[in-house]
Amino acid sequence: MEISANTQSIAYLISAVLFILALKSLTHPASARRGNYLGMIGMAIAILATLFGSEVQSYGFIVAGVAAGALIGSVVAARVEMTAMPQLVAALHSFVGMAAVLVAIGTYLNHDAAGTLNPVMMGELSAGIIIGAITFSGSVVAFAKLQGLVSGAPVKFKGQHMLNAAIGVSTILLGIHFGMTESMTSLVLMTLLAFVLGFTLIIPIGGADMPVIISMLNSYSGWAAAATGFTLGNLLLIIVGALVGFSGAILSYIMCRAMNRSIINVVFGGFGSESGGEASAAGQAAQKGVKSASVEDAIYWMEDAGKVIIVPGYGMAVAQAQHALKEMMELLEARNVEVKFAIHPVAGRMPGHMNVLLAEADIPYDHVQEMEEINPEFPTSDVTLVVGANDVVNPAAKSDSSSPIYGMPILDASKSRQVYFLKRSMSPGYSGVDNLLFYQDNTSLIFGDAKDTIEGMVSALKGGGH
Amino acid sequence: MPDTLVALYVFVLSCFIGYWVIWGVTPSLHTPLVALTNAISGIIIVGALLVTGLESVGTAAEIFGFIAVLLASINVFGGFLVTNRMLAMFKKKDK
Repeated sequence: MEISANTQSIAYLISAVLFILALKSLTHPASARRGNYLGMIGMAIAILATLFGSEVQSYGFIVAGVAAGALIGSVVAARVEMTAMPQLVAALHSFVGMAAVLVAIGTYLNHDAAGTLNPVMMGELSAGIIIGAITFSGSVVAFAKLQGLVSGAPVKFKGQHMLNAAIGVSTILLGIHFGMTESMTSLVLMTLLAFVLGFTLIIPIGGADMPVIISMLNSYSGWAAAATGFTLGNLLLIIVGALVGFSGAILSYIMCRAMNRSIINVVFGGFGSESGGEASAAGQAAQKGVKSASVEDAIYWMEDAGKVIIVPGYGMAVAQAQHALKEMMELLEARNVEVKFAIHPVAGRMPGHMNVLLAEADIPYDHVQEMEEINPEFPTSDVTLVVGANDVVNPAAKSDSSSPIYGMPILDASKSRQVYFLKRSMSPGYSGVDNLLFYQDNTSLIFGDAKDTIEGMVSALKGGGH
Repeated sequence: MPDTLVALYVFVLSCFIGYWVIWGVTPSLHTPLVALTNAISGIIIVGALLVTGLESVGTAAEIFGFIAVLLASINVFGGFLVTNRMLAMFKKKDK
């Protein structure tokens, strides 16, 4: 069976519409799953329309590739831990980047053999290769940082920006040379340099800026697909590439705005490292004049509270404390305490990271609220429990104009009647800024692993409370 | 109108659609959004199929194409399935 070019174009159009509807359905959790199915149908239509089109004549390699890819993809998707989602997404982005590079080179070889190369096409090819290669190696670095294969701390050295600029300019010059001369050497050098550039662009970026980087690489993978679409004259690839490219770009913008930083600042500036001493946390705390509290103190306030707000951060993900939090939420609700979760847009390592972890723990999404929604509720809350978050509740962002995080929108935890911080140590947050909230009269710190502490609270509540 | 210009029209207009659609996505679903857009960007598989399936394809191009098909398939299947798994977890309070 072979379909005509017109039938194929109509199928591509249907597929593009289905993708748009799929993205549109993510406006609400209730419709989101249906949207994902629409996306699957769209993809199936696109693949079948391509396979039955007149261009595809040999199927051996295709069947083998799809079968192996389907197997690997399905197994990974079924087995991956929810906490490993940022790494998985980074890995998948790298695949799109690499696929774009390979498709561009394959197209070059096919057209070279047929003698149908032209300068416009070679320009489009070069764009596809450069964007794809940067996406690939950048995502590999992001993956390594998220997976803990390399330190999440920024890698910086003198002349870094000059080096990146030099590599970037050389890459583009080689691309132009390739377009003018069809030189294979320039093509290969350009590809290699673009891989290097992806690497050197991402190494200076620290772990807590990962939400921006994941979004940015998401965007790049879309542009890589769009560039491939231009090369092949395939409108479906162009449409989808633009949708994905813009999605990532908007997410990057939202993440940057939530930190009150520009994308330039995130990509080139970077805050200090995130490591900190852990020794004698309580001792340091006493020196600095903060109060430390026990699990029982916190339970004493929480069990009779009207409303408790929980602020989760990356520390919750590290400690895997979400399931214990769900149990605590149920015990508190059984005592008629209203429990809500407050999510800062950049909490965690990717956009919406906390929401997924809380959903994994079966915490209903109507208990989980975004910053703008929940901020007016802090003054009426009796207890705010900060679990592994820091900078996102630091009032210095509002009051101290000399602070590096000044101007960043924060969760107004400081307005709660009582604030309890679950912390492993006195080390400051990612920004390296001391948290003014620690020194407030109504704030106490509970030292220890977040999961252990919350499990302690759970057993105290089960034991009839205080 | 030359094909490249048609492509440019489609590209620019698609950017606008992307802009408006994505701003409507609720922040709580930003991780599924990244996963779904990732699955959708597996559409690069169409390019990989076109390169690999060409009748007169050379061996080198066929091998490059094969790897591209493989990687893009991992993206398509892995991306959609993991998005589905995530979205299945988002529940309202049990009645």
